[in-house]
Amino acid sequence: MHPAFSVIFLTTLIGVGQGLFLALYTGQVYSLANLLPAQDSSAFYGMGSLLSMIFLIAGLFASFFHLGHPERAWRAASQWRTSWLSREVIVLPAFMGLVFLYGALHYLGWTMPLFTVSDTLPVDLTLIIGFLGSVAAFALFISTAMIYASLKFLQEWHSPLTVANYMLLGIASGFMLAAAFSAYTGVDLVAFFGTWAVIFTLMGMVTRAASLIRNKNLRRKIELKSAIGMRHSSMHQKAQGFMGGSFNTREFFHGKTAATVKVVKISFLVLVFPLPVALIAAAYALESSALPMLAFVVQYVGLMAERWYFFAEAKHPQNLYYQSMA
Amino acid sequence: MSQMALVIDLNVCVGCHACVTSCKEWNTSGWAGPMPDQRPYDADPTGVFFNRVQTYEVGEFPCTETLHFPKSCLHCEDPPCVPVCPTGASYKREDNGVVLVDYDKCIGCKYCSWACPYGAREFDEKNKVMKKCTLCIDRITDMSLPENERKPACVLACPTRARIYGDVHDPDSEVSVAIREQGGYQLQPEWGTQPANQYLPRRKTRMHIREDELVRSDNPLREEMELPVEGETLDDVAW
Amino acid sequence: KRRGGRLISINPIRTGYSAVADEWVPIKPGTDGALMLAFIHELIKQGLYDREFLIKYTNSAELVIDDPSRDDHGLFKRFETHIEEGCFDPENKLWWDRDLNREISTHTPGTEPRLLGDFTLEDGTPVKPAFQLLKERVEQFTPEWAEGITGIPAETIRRIAHEMGVTARDQKIELPIAWTDCWENEHNSVTGNPVAFHSMRGTAAHSNGFQTIRAMSILMTILGTIDRPGGFRHRAPFPRPIPPCPKPPNSPEGVQPNTPLDGMPLGWPAKPEDLFVDDEGEAVRLDKAFSWEYPLSVHGLMHNAITNAWRGDPYKIDTMLLFMANMAWNSSMNTASVREMLVDKDENGEYKIPFLIVCDAFQSETVAFADLVLPDTTYLERHDALSMLDRPISEYEGPMDSIRIPVVPPKGECKPFQEVLIEMGSRLGLPAFVNEEGERKYRDYPDFITNYETSPGSGIGFLAGWRGKSGEKFLKGEPNSRQLEMYKQNDCVYHYHLPKSYQYMRNWNKGYLHWARAHGMTRYAEPITIHLYSEVLQKFRLAAQGKWPGRTPPERLRRRIEMNFDPLPFFSEPLLSRLGDSHEYPLNALTQRPMAMYHSWDSQNAWLRQIHTHNYMFVNTKTAKAQGIEDGDWIWAESASGKVRCMCRHSEAVEPGTVWTWNAIGKASGAWGLSPKANESQKGFLLNHVIPEELPPCEAGQHMSNSDPVTGQAAWFDVKVKIYKAGPEEPEQTWPQFKPQQKLPGQDPKRGKWQSYFAGMFRKKANIG
Ligand SMILES: Nc1nc2c(c(=O)[nH]1)N[C@H]1C(S)=C(S)[C@@H](COP(=O)(O)OP(=O)(O)OC[C@H]3O[C@@H](n4cnc5c(=O)[nH]c(N)nc54)[C@H](O)[C@@H]3O)O[C@H]1N2
Ligand SMILES: Nc1nc2c(c(=O)[nH]1)N[C@H]1C(S)=C(S)[C@@H](COP(=O)(O)OP(=O)(O)OC[C@H]3O[C@@H](n4cnc5c(=O)[nH]c(N)nc54)[C@H](O)[C@@H]3O)O[C@H]1N2
Ligand code: SF4
Ligand code: SF4
Ligand code: SF4
Ligand code: SF4
Ligand SMILES: [Mo]
Repeated sequence: MHPAFSVIFLTTLIGVGQGLFLALYTGQVYSLANLLPAQDSSAFYGMGSLLSMIFLIAGLFASFFHLGHPERAWRAASQWRTSWLSREVIVLPAFMGLVFLYGALHYLGWTMPLFTVSDTLPVDLTLIIGFLGSVAAFALFISTAMIYASLKFLQEWHSPLTVANYMLLGIASGFMLAAAFSAYTGVDLVAFFGTWAVIFTLMGMVTRAASLIRNKNLRRKIELKSAIGMRHSSMHQKAQGFMGGSFNTREFFHGKTAATVKVVKISFLVLVFPLPVALIAAAYALESSALPMLAFVVQYVGLMAERWYFFAEAKHPQNLYYQSMA
Repeated sequence: MSQMALVIDLNVCVGCHACVTSCKEWNTSGWAGPMPDQRPYDADPTGVFFNRVQTYEVGEFPCTETLHFPKSCLHCEDPPCVPVCPTGASYKREDNGVVLVDYDKCIGCKYCSWACPYGAREFDEKNKVMKKCTLCIDRITDMSLPENERKPACVLACPTRARIYGDVHDPDSEVSVAIREQGGYQLQPEWGTQPANQYLPRRKTRMHIREDELVRSDNPLREEMELPVEGETLDDVAW
Repeated sequence: KRRGGRLISINPIRTGYSAVADEWVPIKPGTDGALMLAFIHELIKQGLYDREFLIKYTNSAELVIDDPSRDDHGLFKRFETHIEEGCFDPENKLWWDRDLNREISTHTPGTEPRLLGDFTLEDGTPVKPAFQLLKERVEQFTPEWAEGITGIPAETIRRIAHEMGVTARDQKIELPIAWTDCWENEHNSVTGNPVAFHSMRGTAAHSNGFQTIRAMSILMTILGTIDRPGGFRHRAPFPRPIPPCPKPPNSPEGVQPNTPLDGMPLGWPAKPEDLFVDDEGEAVRLDKAFSWEYPLSVHGLMHNAITNAWRGDPYKIDTMLLFMANMAWNSSMNTASVREMLVDKDENGEYKIPFLIVCDAFQSETVAFADLVLPDTTYLERHDALSMLDRPISEYEGPMDSIRIPVVPPKGECKPFQEVLIEMGSRLGLPAFVNEEGERKYRDYPDFITNYETSPGSGIGFLAGWRGKSGEKFLKGEPNSRQLEMYKQNDCVYHYHLPKSYQYMRNWNKGYLHWARAHGMTRYAEPITIHLYSEVLQKFRLAAQGKWPGRTPPERLRRRIEMNFDPLPFFSEPLLSRLGDSHEYPLNALTQRPMAMYHSWDSQNAWLRQIHTHNYMFVNTKTAKAQGIEDGDWIWAESASGKVRCMCRHSEAVEPGTVWTWNAIGKASGAWGLSPKANESQKGFLLNHVIPEELPPCEAGQHMSNSDPVTGQAAWFDVKVKIYKAGPEEPEQTWPQFKPQQKLPGQDPKRGKWQSYFAGMFRKKANIG
């Protein structure tokens, strides 16, 4: 497939946004359980949510470039019964709303407990909204991933691993950012978020590696045989019916050399996984506050490469019909 | 419910592209238009077509088959392109099974084209909406046209009548009979999309001459006394 | 094919209609003659010929004088009777009666002639039936012999011959249609042998094409499939006498100032005296048509006109007018040189072709060379007549012609060329265009096609339909002022349905022939006997042998005439292969018509050019690999006379000794209103650059045309080439390249997006330019 930058940005940016929010909320829950020191709600959670919002809005903004008619985007909410794309279109704003609320409540400091569960756990609005937000975050990961995973014709994508990757890589990058954010704001949650970021990154590495291996040994379900219904060992297209290119040749081919694709693959394998982990580790040792930020930036760049490769790797069965011209 | 469709007879398609141009001629100026072109008189001209004719070579010299292969939307009975559409712009008509795009609803997300394993949809880069073969919906449903013209443009244009149009759900229709009797088949059946359009395979007419068909009593060489009449023939004894 | 008919394609390449054939028989280009002869050999050997048809309807049984010592050797033995002079084939010839065992006049009722054997007439003349001569001729042409030439296995040849013969014999069609033949025999049905042939330039565009097609016609004849159901059917005005009557002028005196040409511009010479030559026997026409070089060139030799004019051979010219022909590109051979000839100057700096007028409807390559451009309308902007006088669109069931009427007004300064001609004819006072008082006869073209008659009162004009005062007559009848309206009311088409009894066997169908004569389609109602043996050709051969009382060919051409004017079919290698170096240049290079394009003039069409934006050279995969050429590589195709750089496409659908490309897809940069960077000129190529318009010097002359020696048919398909990979340092662009053509006044300038807001307001201005 042809990797569209709008989609690369959309999926990676909201991934970070979702992950960051989940990180923040995890932090809040931990501190509630006194596993972590409590944080200043407006400065940390408020600003953190804002940061997450910025990523989500940026992602949304990017997505519009993918549409021929952004002004009609609202229509895309209508087919939630059948279309994962439609579902994403519904869940994304919903999630953004919740993040906004969550952030706003923290910012305004409306954190007075509504009630306490078994005298130990004070439940305030942020906790509830945060919980709903987390659910939405996961729903969003699933719908985004399912847009691709649900297409059975694109065998590289048609697998639960696609969902796992979107989720884990999104969360990992979010926790990375959380770590960076903590480092930046000087709160000592760097270790906490950093550790989790590393854990998620390593989990992501496992699932992503798994999908790479799976796709490497993929058995093509369709060959020219069934595409044109002729049975013969030697068949070649001579003319695809046009010579100046068409939507079919632009949308479904990345048009890059195998070498380029390989370079992208290797670079994302380095940038997304080992490098950030190393940087976080180094951050521990050197107590540096810059390294976590670097780690995030490196990983995000890597994720863009990963997403580009995700598209480029997928071979659409329609391509069987567009192999030669004369 | 009926399911209108095309049956394409690869046994007689000569790859003339008449269906390609007549399709564009009718549709670009009709209900489904426009079908814009980019760089029409410059390098690498490109544009929207609903129907393309391709050429394949099957086998190796001298046992080569040259196959001309027209391809347009197959109006699948279970069209994967429809449910994925977030806006409902892509739909399949209840009454005749034709799969269409409502340009006014389409947001141009191209998702439906990803969901079509046949590459039958083409994005209109100028108007930013998805387009595709409409089975000439504005002809086949136009009751003001005389019966014999209430057919797709490509069907009417085909010089070898390689394109047959009709209702594949009606067992007695010309298309159903052709599919039944001439081994009609679907493209990429593995997916279960059940394309309504089907293709008729190549068929070969062969001839076998037996030796005794060559030597006969009515051989004109006899008249010229060029052939000895070996033994008696029916000519000599029968009356 | 749907009804189970069997389609066999004989073609070096498998595309288009060959693709759907039940059997593809790849053949080496230029060798079909050998294949046809082997078919004939096998059919005669097996007795799979239609004896009755041959006897009654062809000259197979007619007795040919067989005595090389005599001057009339090879002519039919004719007996003296008074016969009206005419261009038909008189029936004063002889058969050998198989019962009386002596000569009799042909078609004597109740007699049966011998087809084979040799006999001596009462006057002692040794004779043989024409069919005997054919049989002797093809004895040597065995399938094994043909295999070596055509590359088709002998058993395949034999098998197909048998298939044809047995089908013709056993699958007879019989239609309950009663008819009467020229000899008064009543037939109560029409029968046919369902074996039909279709062949065009694949056979014709080789220098041995005439004999190849003659062999094929003889094959059709012995199978008995001429104008019978299931076979080859005539379309009005055919059948015509063999050869048809019109003749070109036959001496320089035929061309005089202020005098109409003494003869037809194109015609059918039937004997040396009909040739258009001077006292030395040399050509009079610029293209040398109807000379001893190409005696039967009924189409002329357009493809040599520019070269001859440039050389001033046979004479220098002052003005050349090119109409609807892209001679600076796809309808010339050796195109790059021809383009130079068009602008070449002599020692005193004068153009060798001083004044060039081009009438074209598009910005073709040729337009760029014009001193004067006559912008013609397209067919949508003018009246046209697809006339009985030219090549009508007749159907098997009867004569048919049609007109075009304008559907849009002409643009800019365009004017229908017909109007230009009528204007010129009238101003020059040419007899056809002015009356006795010298006043203009015709207002305009519609008026002309309505009222013109071939000769005053002949009743024959351009259109066959709705003639006569009130449109009650057809084919022949006085002009009808409302004729064009009547065409319009009938979809612009006139189709006369012959009665069923006139639709078959028309060469010998008394009813039809008399009908045809009555309606001015033929002059004679005489039977049109098929020439299995061609006495016409023998006359030219006798002239070459010095046995002809009349004209004889120039010395240098004697052997050429003697060899090629063979009354019986034979096979000879194409001229370029014979005179060239087939080891250096082993491959035949062909073109094919792309179905989606008409010659050069469809690249201006935005849709069609998306289908054929540029062309590739198709090469058999093994042939290419042997040269280390991969699919898609840039290669050179080089002939003895020129070379082109192009892209290679591997193919399994082409015979290994052949390379080919789509015809005329490649364009000169900037032509056809395309951008100079258009794929047509950057990646597309024109094969014509490697096709020589003249043969290497040979006995026959220094500058003989690359054409058939009998008909002057251009040998587009004779060229031999070698192919090799283009160097890595070479640009990925076709060669030769030409300086981009400039836009012409009136060609729409590129419009900016903003202009669409003015919805073409500036259009008119742009057009008048
Ligand atoms: N679409 C389209 N139609 C056209 C035209 C056009 O430009 N475009 N042009 C019109 C004109 S002017 C003409 S003259 C006709 C020409 O009509 P065709 O004669 O059909 O023209 P081609 O396609 O050039 O050649 C026909 C076939 O001859 C084959 N061939 C070449 N050499 C040999 C040989 O030695 N032996 C055999 N057996 N086959 C051989 C080629 O492979 C090709 O398939 O087409 C007319 N119709
Ligand atoms: N290599 C190779 N060369 C070939 C052949 C081949 O098979 N192979 N085929 C040969 C044959 S058979 C033929 S017939 C020739 C054809 O060659 P051409 O006769 O040159 O054919 P075109 O290029 O179709 O048209 C000639 C010109 O007519 C112009 N034209 C179109 N419509 C009109 C009109 O209405 N009025 C006027 N005035 N002009 C108009 C076009 O713009 C074009 O410039 O090519 C020959 N050349
Ligand atoms: S019009 Fe008919 S014959 Fe021509 S390409 Fe289309 S289907 Fe084939
Ligand atoms: S062919 Fe493609 S576009 Fe047409 S209905 Fe089937 S899936 Fe949809
Ligand atoms: S491109 Fe248009 S039709 Fe296709 S899925 Fe998107 S909205 Fe639906
Ligand atoms: S049915 Fe109509 S829209 Fe579809 S390919 Fe044929 S002409 Fe084009
Ligand atoms: Mo031609």
